[in-house]
Amino acid sequence: MPVKDLEQLFQQKIDAEVKIEPRDWMPDAYRKTLIRQISQHAHSEVVGMLPEGNWITRAPSLKRKAILLAKVQDEAGHGLYLYAATETLGVSREETINDLHSGKAKYSSIFNYPTLTWADIGAIGWLVDGAAIMNQVMLTRTSYGPYARAMVRICKEESFHQRQGFESLLVLSRGTPEQKEMCQDAINRWWWPALMMFGPSDSESTHSEQSMRWKIKRKTNDELRQNFIDMCAEQVKILGMHLPDPALRWNEARNHYDFGAINWEEFWNVVKGNGPCNKQRLAARVQAWEDGEWVREAASAYARKKQSGNKAA
Amino acid sequence: MKQELINYILHLADNALILGQRNAEWCGHGPVLEQDIAMTNISLDLIGQARNFYQYAASLLGEGATEDTLAYLRTEREFRNCLLVEQHNGDWGQTLLRQFLISNFQQLLYTALQTHKDRQLAAIAEKSLKEVTYHLRWSSEWVIRLGDGTRESHERMLKAIDTLWRYTGELFEPAAYETACVQDGTAVSLATIKDEWQHKTGEVFSEAGLPVPENIFMLTGGKMGKHTEQMGYILAELQYLQRAYPNAQW
Ligand SMILES: [Fe+2]
Ligand SMILES: [Fe+2]
Repeated sequence: MPVKDLEQLFQQKIDAEVKIEPRDWMPDAYRKTLIRQISQHAHSEVVGMLPEGNWITRAPSLKRKAILLAKVQDEAGHGLYLYAATETLGVSREETINDLHSGKAKYSSIFNYPTLTWADIGAIGWLVDGAAIMNQVMLTRTSYGPYARAMVRICKEESFHQRQGFESLLVLSRGTPEQKEMCQDAINRWWWPALMMFGPSDSESTHSEQSMRWKIKRKTNDELRQNFIDMCAEQVKILGMHLPDPALRWNEARNHYDFGAINWEEFWNVVKGNGPCNKQRLAARVQAWEDGEWVREAASAYARKKQSGNKAA
Repeated sequence: MKQELINYILHLADNALILGQRNAEWCGHGPVLEQDIAMTNISLDLIGQARNFYQYAASLLGEGATEDTLAYLRTEREFRNCLLVEQHNGDWGQTLLRQFLISNFQQLLYTALQTHKDRQLAAIAEKSLKEVTYHLRWSSEWVIRLGDGTRESHERMLKAIDTLWRYTGELFEPAAYETACVQDGTAVSLATIKDEWQHKTGEVFSEAGLPVPENIFMLTGGKMGKHTEQMGYILAELQYLQRAYPNAQW
């Protein structure tokens, strides 16, 4: 069949909401877009373990330590599902990881911000996991089957993380004056980077339109961001805190919150590697990988020995 | 007697907490994602065990003691964990060897403790035993894999043994509170599990092609609150927030 017809057939399936599976024919660009997006997502889960991992040994109670450990462990699990989803598109996990380490592949810029106080752990749960959920709930209906299915599992855990993060902030918001201050300060620092997680405005976004046609995405960056703002603007009231945006106010006519201008210059700088922790995050991943090389080698050498031993026996 | 029992429970709790804390340092830095997850799991299990022991000790202590006052507000001289659990992670091999040595010990200890007369301790031991049995299997496999893997991994395991073996004697040296509890029937007599520990260690080392050291001078003291220099740093990190903001709720 000529490619043109294949493409038409493919688009018909998409339009009819039939999931695309690994063995189905798909346009090269669709495959490439998915590889880029899913591997970027996988890397974000794994790099995201670092800023939160930063507080595991210092968690303020045994209960909080256990919750945080379990959360970071969940994120590692998300990374695994997503690397597996990337593999269904014909790219090995090793290749994907190498692209992260060489700087070729990106991960969510939010993880290039530092976790300075304990309140940051709550703020990440509430705002960062919260923003991730907005995106991921949409992706449970994405057109590529393995990605959609990975998202269903992940979303359940992410909403749990968000609730725990919020609850942890709630305790701070009702605590001592120092804790309240810590809580507000964390919200101040994470709010704008969290809004940037949805990516550039629709007018600036290069991949958006085609991704919508292929139903990889079903909502635009700006729509998702607006939903997130509307949700947080209400939730922050329960905390008795405020969002650091003087322009934030309810707009009756739009039925949405209006909000102030996002600093896109900062966004692009962090994307390009100039954020507060870009160097450290990547260096930590590379070091873990390099330090682990002898372990991986020994494990496969041992497995080979056992295998040839079994054959001989 | 009550004070001895409390000290014994704290000793069990401190072992679990400090090892869990050390293992947690790996989270996000493991050699491969699956093992990162496995290590975090073990850390979670150990912290869970520590909480059960601390809660029990707190209930005996009364006077506002909680799992957190016990974990966060005692000083290094009051902690009663063995020196082995506080040792640096070193490389993956050293961490795994430490885990194997302790899991082997905890598996035997909890098995025996299950049938002891303190019902609460027996129940915690029974609950922890499933976890520890898995830790032992997992760490045994790794010790074998690394001992019998490549030349480099073998060398690294020899070095790990050289670093850690000197702390294994303490596992079987009863502290005064322990001896008192053994006489009372609430603690496990270490002499009764030592042979089995040596046997299992010998078995795993031999499959790994690693030698069991002999005539090593053993370092002890942790169970009595005399720790290595590392302990102060572990607690400085662990206890930082509780110390910086006294009486705050988290
Ligand atoms: Fe996640
Ligand atoms: Fe999450």
